[in-house]
Amino acid sequence: MTGFLTLFHKELLRFWKVMLQTVAAPILTALLYLLIFSHVLEEHVQVYPGVSYTAFLMPGLIMMSVLQNAFANSSSSLIQSKITGNIVFVLLPPLSYVEFFLAYLLAAMVRGLVVGLGVALVGLAFTDLTLAHPLWMLAFALAASAVFGAIGIIAGIWAEKFDHLAGIQNFLIVPLTFLSGVFYSIHSLPPFWQAVSHWNPVFYMIDGFRYGFFGQSDVPPGVGMAVVLPSVLVLTGLTLLLLRRGYKLRH
Amino acid sequence: MTAAIRAHALEKRYRDVHALRGIDLTVEQGEFFALLGPNGAGKTTFISILAGLARATAGRAEVMGHDVVNDYRAARRMLGVVPQELVFDPFFTVRETLRIQSGYYGLRRNDAWIDELLTHLGLADKADTNMRRLSGGMKRRVLVAQALVHRPPVIVLDEPTAGVDVELRQSLWAFIRRLNREGHTILLTTHYLEEAEALCERVAMLKQGRIVALDHTARLLSRDAERRLELKLAPPRLPPELQGRLVECRDGRYCLRLSDYAEVETVLASLREAGIRVEDMALAQADLEDVFLRIMGQQV
Repeated sequence: MTGFLTLFHKELLRFWKVMLQTVAAPILTALLYLLIFSHVLEEHVQVYPGVSYTAFLMPGLIMMSVLQNAFANSSSSLIQSKITGNIVFVLLPPLSYVEFFLAYLLAAMVRGLVVGLGVALVGLAFTDLTLAHPLWMLAFALAASAVFGAIGIIAGIWAEKFDHLAGIQNFLIVPLTFLSGVFYSIHSLPPFWQAVSHWNPVFYMIDGFRYGFFGQSDVPPGVGMAVVLPSVLVLTGLTLLLLRRGYKLRH
Repeated sequence: MTAAIRAHALEKRYRDVHALRGIDLTVEQGEFFALLGPNGAGKTTFISILAGLARATAGRAEVMGHDVVNDYRAARRMLGVVPQELVFDPFFTVRETLRIQSGYYGLRRNDAWIDELLTHLGLADKADTNMRRLSGGMKRRVLVAQALVHRPPVIVLDEPTAGVDVELRQSLWAFIRRLNREGHTILLTTHYLEEAEALCERVAMLKQGRIVALDHTARLLSRDAERRLELKLAPPRLPPELQGRLVECRDGRYCLRLSDYAEVETVLASLREAGIRVEDMALAQADLEDVFLRIMGQQV
């Protein structure tokens, strides 16, 4: 247990020591989105009755920050360790692959949630937020951060250079999060793109998370969770399988 | 007594390289053992399998009786590895690095031993310095400390003195010797053959994934290693009966081949008979480098 706790603690320290880059910068980015989009659209768009556009936007931005930062934490930690060679310090000790997985996953989730909380706190200066169903909100935040933390581990193990990781980040993570209803309700989309959105698991994460705030969503939260939770399980299983086989870590 | 390291029919194939071709090797507890071989001979692959960084294609390996695959937790607790590459985590100070490494091995309160390691390795005044700010030699010392934080009975040093200055090399070896005297088993790979000769009781030489020599260092040096007699003669000429022994003649010094030190007497008698005076004389024995080059030069 001490081995796992140490690795988890090390991973937390790793991002905390450079929090300007790992926490403050993504909060600022989300804040810029909030300022620009709310300034442009506040007067013109009301997605849910009785909910201002700025308030609607907030949960989307929080969740987007949670997802992107959970992914960034595990993926960047692993690729840096692999490229600099210090991954050997984690591979030599008697840590099991389950401990390895849990430590990287939980640290990624913590970073995602810390950034998300930061975005929420800063956003409160611009709009009021209510919590209609805090447990749903929390459940979606935890599950979604776990999904992206696990994707980050897989990407970090697979990537052999920073370029590979940048490819996944720019061509998979960013499009998935941007095209998932962060800035809009999918009901405002043409039917084809609505249908496409239903194949994007991130849509369910953001929609369910938003339900936790407003009690309104595009699909019922139970349906969303029925997509997100299996995603957690499948990705957990896949990551554990790769770690057990030592894929690209133990030759 | 359980062997410190035991390998049986160890094989490792990469996609297009057959790195290990059936290694059988036992290193007993308390030994100071050298694994020698040219680049690509399989030394690092062997160490990687012991450490769990690589997986054997066939065969098995044990550290202090614990299988490195089936009983990997116990095996890894018994093993401390100083890697060849100068790697470090730039986020942490020296003390943080050592505390974290201790924690990976399940040790929570290890500061007394960490302080001892820092003192012995000349790092005490660098404890709170970030790893990035250390010189290459200092980083190497931290790597040694990291390998020792959990007090492993078996210590593997993979080219530990590559690129290290003479002073550090000496202090490092003094420390490793002390660990060996205290009962730690040391497995060393090095390119500095004089180090292996000075430190190690036994030597294994690897070539293309096979052990081509395995013996006590002293026996390896004496076994078919020829002795040489260097002579400065007046007048500078060699009697015909000694011509067959001549290896080379440089700057007026004759270097003669001997199969045994007892033959010195025969050589001197021949010189006396021929009326040749010996002005200077030196005996030389082949060093490990000669043995190494000879064995590596042979066909596998």
